Amino acid sequence: MPASAQVVLDHSDRLRKELGSDFRDRMVTAVYEQARSVVARSVRETTAPKWDFDQRIDRLVTSRWLGLPVMTLLLGLVFWVTIIGANAPSQMLANAFFAVEGVGAGWFDRLGSPWWLTGIVWHGVFRGLAWVVSVMLPPMAIFFPVFTILEDLGYLPRVAFNLDWLFRRAGAHGKQALTMAMGFGCNAAGITSTRIIDSPRERLLAILTNNFVPCNGRFPTLIMLAVIFVAAAFPPALASIAAAGSVLAVVLLGVAFTLAISWALSRTVLSGEASAFTLELPPYRRPSILRILYTSLIDRTVFVLGRAMLTAAPAGAVIWILANVQAGDSSLADHAIAALGPLGNAIGLDGVILLAYIIAIPANEIVVPTMLMCYLGAGMMMDITGYDAIRAVLVDQHGWTLLTAINLMLFSLLHNPCATTILTIWKETRSRKWTALGGLMPLAIAFAVCFVTAQAGRLLG
Amino acid sequence: MSAHNCETCADHAQLAQMGIEIGRCDHVVALAGNPNTGKSSVFNALTGLRQHVGNWTGKTVTRAEGAFAFGGKRFKLVDLPGTYSLLSASQDEEISRNFLLFGKPDCTVVVTDATALERNLNLVLQVLEITDRAVVCVNLMDEAARKGLDVDVRSLARDLGVPAVATVARKKQGLRDLVATVAGVIGGDIRTAPLRLEAPAEVREAISSLVPHIEAAAPGVPNARWIALRLLDGDHRVREALLSGELSALASSQLDHVPAESSRVKAVAGAL
Repeated sequence: MPASAQVVLDHSDRLRKELGSDFRDRMVTAVYEQARSVVARSVRETTAPKWDFDQRIDRLVTSRWLGLPVMTLLLGLVFWVTIIGANAPSQMLANAFFAVEGVGAGWFDRLGSPWWLTGIVWHGVFRGLAWVVSVMLPPMAIFFPVFTILEDLGYLPRVAFNLDWLFRRAGAHGKQALTMAMGFGCNAAGITSTRIIDSPRERLLAILTNNFVPCNGRFPTLIMLAVIFVAAAFPPALASIAAAGSVLAVVLLGVAFTLAISWALSRTVLSGEASAFTLELPPYRRPSILRILYTSLIDRTVFVLGRAMLTAAPAGAVIWILANVQAGDSSLADHAIAALGPLGNAIGLDGVILLAYIIAIPANEIVVPTMLMCYLGAGMMMDITGYDAIRAVLVDQHGWTLLTAINLMLFSLLHNPCATTILTIWKETRSRKWTALGGLMPLAIAFAVCFVTAQAGRLLG
Repeated sequence: MSAHNCETCADHAQLAQMGIEIGRCDHVVALAGNPNTGKSSVFNALTGLRQHVGNWTGKTVTRAEGAFAFGGKRFKLVDLPGTYSLLSASQDEEISRNFLLFGKPDCTVVVTDATALERNLNLVLQVLEITDRAVVCVNLMDEAARKGLDVDVRSLARDLGVPAVATVARKKQGLRDLVATVAGVIGGDIRTAPLRLEAPAEVREAISSLVPHIEAAAPGVPNARWIALRLLDGDHRVREALLSGELSALASSQLDHVPAESSRVKAVAGAL
């Protein structure tokens, strides 16, 4: 095949020379000419538009001075709405689920089921699912529709426009702002969307740094930590604003890391210039309510929740087994927690949190439920419902501080991508080297950042 | 382009959304167009699927497929990533280009933005270079009206030599007309004579001397003329594709070469 292909190429190169160097220009000009003359005959301007609403908004949201503040404010507003709305329903769900757990376990006992079967089914698998649903569903059911409204309005290209100069400075492609925005939904989807970047170098930058924006799976974790710990550290009037502010700060930090790591990579292993591109600012469109509800509730909420439940069920069983199988004088879970303790302590976390992260590798979103199950162990009373009760358990019984919460938020933001995302990196790059870097680099950064924060926090008291 | 826009006529009853039941289809229809012209809206309205419609460039980066039935025939509809031209080479644009060239769709619908028709016609004209069976869908007619633009689709159709249908896909206006036109083009009831570039004599000669060589190097390749033109233009991707044998592979495997994903999977992640 290559032999005859070479013949074609040689022949075409000869012809190309004969046709002259302005051949391409002539062809392109001819197409444009044709398009113009067709349009001249078929499109007529009837009335001059009185005022262009879109342009006025664009002048504000993409302005040099106000563009970024408006963007930050909007994002903060989305978090705030989510936070003030999520608390009460979460508590109600937890109450309902744990009532069911009690009744279900009671039925099993009365039917003569062995203690370990009741344990695995109700205190393992069911409790895992109950935690996932009650902790994750309320924030998602509020956050996704609100975020989807922004997306459908046409705001995302404006975000890309505002951030373009920053990405260019970092040596990355301006469209990386779009793939980053997609990553807020799902990092795996964000990585697939890097196909819109034509330069392989800039595409790799976008793939490797996509993990630094928290995905749908990690947002509930961040929001919950903010509600439980950050809000509690402030007077009630400021609580929700402080919580929203802390989530916003974490997200902005993620963007900062995206830019910084892109910058570092584009000056070392992926060096090169940023390429130019055209970005179309589409007209604002009135979002269709039904479609938003469908997209955000069915495609996103149910999908994320379903995936979380699929991983939470076996994780619940694993935790129950770890907590109930004795080796020597304590359970397997206690051994693992003790072994991971020093490392966890060094980065401001603890052995339980690290164990939860290891169990939750298949899906990051179940980290907090996993952690709670580890803390509460087997045979614990399960009237731990609602965010207030969770705080009481973590602070009073397990010595959590604000520093623990902050470190956990940082770790959640930076640590390694979930299994799906790593698989997607491999699918898109087909390279073991880049896949390994994509997985290990965030992990190393997470450990380093948390270590520094923990040490600094302890020094300052 | 007969008027099929009354709610009561027979065609109304015949259009049926078939979601992702693409198993046994009589015809394949490709949906191409510039980014952000409402391709996904047209796709959803016709198939009844709910592929997420994002208001931004580059939302569709993979192919989505769905189906609808009309006039007793089943049609597979392939939603392609938005592209400004068939000449460029980012991966999402190449998916579109490969499908249009090698997927051999029975009809290509080019969705255009009525408010920016001149820029959109670039792609239309390029598509007309490679196929006779095309329909231009002039979408976003409501936005054009809001901007004080009056688009005469009859004049457009006359000039382009292929049918042009005005639509507002989001409000499901003009879609039955679009489908009837597509069916007409496929069935041969509507004859097309696409506007083609008047190439100078020396270019025409160069193309015809190159075509037999291309057909020898990549047997069965459709659109050898277009490939010849790209080679004369010095298109690197086409050169590579020819050298590596990718072109012949595409020519023989056609549809299967580019992985398609069902709309649902794609909407959530495209990753599992």
